[in-house]
Amino acid sequence: MAVEKNNNGLQLLGFWVSPFAQRCHIALAEKGLSYESLEQDLSNKSELLLRANPVHKKIPVLLHGGRPICESLVILQYLDEAFPEASALLPSDPGARAHARFWAGFVDTKVFECGVRLWKRKAGSEPQVQARKEMVEALRTLDAELGDKPFLAGEAFGFVDVAVVPFAAWLVSYGRLGEFDVEEVCPRLVAWAERCGERESVAKSIHPPEKVWEFVGFLKNKLGDK
Amino acid sequence: MATDVPAVKLIGWYGSPYVHRAEVALRLKGVPYEFIRDDPINKSELLLQHNPIHKKVPVLLHGDRTICESLVILEYVDETFDGPPLLPVDPYERAMARFWAHFIDQKFARPFWMSFWMCEDDEHKEAFVKEAKGNLAILEEQLKGRRFFGGDAVGFLDVAACGLAHWLGVIEEVSGVTLVNGDEFPAFCKWAKAYVNDDTVKQSLPDRDELLAFFSGNKEIYMALARATLHK
Repeated sequence: MAVEKNNNGLQLLGFWVSPFAQRCHIALAEKGLSYESLEQDLSNKSELLLRANPVHKKIPVLLHGGRPICESLVILQYLDEAFPEASALLPSDPGARAHARFWAGFVDTKVFECGVRLWKRKAGSEPQVQARKEMVEALRTLDAELGDKPFLAGEAFGFVDVAVVPFAAWLVSYGRLGEFDVEEVCPRLVAWAERCGERESVAKSIHPPEKVWEFVGFLKNKLGDK
Repeated sequence: MATDVPAVKLIGWYGSPYVHRAEVALRLKGVPYEFIRDDPINKSELLLQHNPIHKKVPVLLHGDRTICESLVILEYVDETFDGPPLLPVDPYERAMARFWAHFIDQKFARPFWMSFWMCEDDEHKEAFVKEAKGNLAILEEQLKGRRFFGGDAVGFLDVAACGLAHWLGVIEEVSGVTLVNGDEFPAFCKWAKAYVNDDTVKQSLPDRDELLAFFSGNKEIYMALARATLHK
């Protein structure tokens, strides 16, 4: 298959607004790896997706020579290990690697999961108000972790930045749903998000905050508590 | 490491499968360590200082480094110390091991917990039992006739799945709910037995009777929690 040969045998099953898919797009771009991008219709999941990820039936899925790898952070680490000649996402020092994995995991459990409750639970209900508090705390924590560093990974853009930056486009939405001032809660993170946005890999992969807000509206309507 | 004072310390709570994961990894690598026993009801300053974000164990202290989260610790131990590799060498196999470890952490806790502690007559219980068994079946398939997920020896995924090997049986006994049986899950049952009888693993498994007493003592709390979090 000519396309496969030109694309390192790589295909990415994704969905335009998914921060998890975006992590993979950014990683592939940072590593200079060409691939075939296959946008999925999540309201009508393809045979390809269901075969590639029978356990979760979710995107992103990376196919390498037809073999599926699922879960965005697993994909990122796989790309580093399968393509060691391309610039590494994770640092080489084990302590720094552990730090990167910890913070990537933090975003999944403390920011993303909380974000779902923010739009899903009825505005002003007890669980939604609880989610607001947790989101503010999570963002403050991330802001403190960034500190005065230019990037979450340190001096240079790295694994953690790839893992977190797709959520930058969700900050406006979180602020509106949570009724808090994002600039006041996490000013350094806001500046970091702008810095990251200047990178081509990021600019190409993430959508403007207002587009995300529109999507959140759609989610609330379709799946939110009434 | 030439000194006789271990450079590695592990903060943990007795009886935690997550702490066991970290201990077993260190033992498999032959790394001497000091176990600092913390109390979940009365968390120490040391724990809160080293894991202010999650306030949980295990926490690995290695020189001036602090590593939190059991699966992160497993990878750190694998990358830092010599000894038999915990993760496979092949990148695709490594990705599979990480995927399944994540699957276990994500997909087993809630359906299993609810299956054990919900009231017998609660209409939702059946759905949780079905989900828990479905996940077990998926894991059963992953064993593919091997002794361990890692092949001939205990590896990353076996350690990640430790809760299912040792703690699951205890909770089944306390709750009176049986999810695992040799007919439906023969490979899984063989694996669990092999895991808990492994010479290295044995050294850091909490005593079964002590676990039984602990879970029995908290049965009412678990049942109340299950009722309370049904619609979370």
